[in-house]
Amino acid sequence: MSLAELICPAGTPAALRTAVDAGADAVYCGFQDATNARNFPGLNFTPEELEAAVAYAHARGTKVLLALNTYPPAGKVDLWRHAADTGARFGVDAFIVADMGVADYIARTHPGVRLHLSVQAAASSPEAIRYYVENFGVKRVVLPRILTIPEIRKIRQDIPCEIETFIFGNHGLMVEGRCSLTNYLTGQSTNMDGVCSPASDVEYIRDEATGEMSSCLNGFTIDRFGPEEKAGYPTICKGRYTAPHRPEGYYAFEEPVSLNLSRLLPELIDAGVHAFKIEGRQRSKAYVRSVVSSFRRAVDDIRAGRTANIEDLVALTEGQKQTQGAFETKKWR
Amino acid sequence: MTIDHGAVLPPRPPGAGAFARLAATLVQPILGRVVRRVAARHASLFARLGPHQGTDFVIDPVEFPFALHLRPDPKALLFRAVPRDALPVAGATIRGRFLMLLELLDSEEDGDAAFFSRDLEITGDTEAVVRLRNALDDVDGSIAEEAAAMFGPPGRAILGHLRRKYSDDAMPGGER
Repeated sequence: MSLAELICPAGTPAALRTAVDAGADAVYCGFQDATNARNFPGLNFTPEELEAAVAYAHARGTKVLLALNTYPPAGKVDLWRHAADTGARFGVDAFIVADMGVADYIARTHPGVRLHLSVQAAASSPEAIRYYVENFGVKRVVLPRILTIPEIRKIRQDIPCEIETFIFGNHGLMVEGRCSLTNYLTGQSTNMDGVCSPASDVEYIRDEATGEMSSCLNGFTIDRFGPEEKAGYPTICKGRYTAPHRPEGYYAFEEPVSLNLSRLLPELIDAGVHAFKIEGRQRSKAYVRSVVSSFRRAVDDIRAGRTANIEDLVALTEGQKQTQGAFETKKWR
Repeated sequence: MTIDHGAVLPPRPPGAGAFARLAATLVQPILGRVVRRVAARHASLFARLGPHQGTDFVIDPVEFPFALHLRPDPKALLFRAVPRDALPVAGATIRGRFLMLLELLDSEEDGDAAFFSRDLEITGDTEAVVRLRNALDDVDGSIAEEAAAMFGPPGRAILGHLRRKYSDDAMPGGER
């Protein structure tokens, strides 16, 4: 049986402490800049906060993984190198990286610190994963959310590193690390600036007469919700659009729905997955407390040979809908 | 744990006229003391607000006869009760049931989940709201309990009364 470590999100120092106290085996977090893919206003850590957070986590046996999972624009690598140097100085347990240049710098400069390959690298084949392992010493790959469990089992047999899979949270597929939809509408890049649908470009417009709410990104309406309809994130990939063949409007790319693999945990463990990732650094302490403690109990139950009693987490999901996505079947969408 | 407060917010009460003005006047001294104490004890939250320290937030508990106007400028803090017919031009407006807003304040409720369920309405500058949410979420402990404790046992009793009065079970007709 794999270790089935629980990897938990921390958008603020308080959320990190909440995750640690709720039973995280490791927490992942980022600095307040473009070096990570949740570069949201008011979120993330100053260097001083990260240093204190590492001390708090390590004192309780919890690892800290530093997300440096964006792509530096050509010739502008100093911010990423400085972030890596700072994280190494504070004793983080691993860096989560997507860019080969960042991986190469860390492998050469801080060879004692583990490298985890971010989902943003979109490495989904044994050949791609082995390339990162052989050239940069990557110890773990976070798999894109496009694989079935039998496919994960097969990959596990063909690669010389650990596997981490998402088990809960935002379900953004596309080709991760390659999506330019936000860039197209706002000029800011998800992959280089770390902002998908930057809040400064988001506006919600409520029609007082009908109760409808429109989600707009930089002036473009990307969805309109009826007065009693559940809402989702204001991301283009989860927008609802009209087309000549669908004049009523439909989800052209993806739907506002969250991943929840709580019922597949035993199969994932059996397939050799080493670590389970909970998405949501942009979420609150309430989310972290609830989701982490729920999955902590579930994983402990499974490892002890008991049937896991999974709490209902649908109230925390996007659009209050959940899916097992491609992990269950490739027929999903 | 996230609570389902129901999908549809009720229409705003009028929040105008003599009663609204009287109610706003009565709570004003309390609000001023509370915001100064919270700011003094949790000064780090201002850094997360960044450029939105000067933004005018209107926080609108739908059951109240008035709304709240917050400008979290550490040099000139403003937190006041305002009748709805006298609201300032808001940089951002946050609207929902009182208990849910209280739970968001104390990170007992998840803001994204409240938004998904349509219990929480946001209009205006979304970045300002995101910054305020993240700043408050980085505060350990309960701001509401802290504020209530400032006024001793009567303060705690009033907070408990408000929680019971505006709980889902206490809403008219079991309204959620």
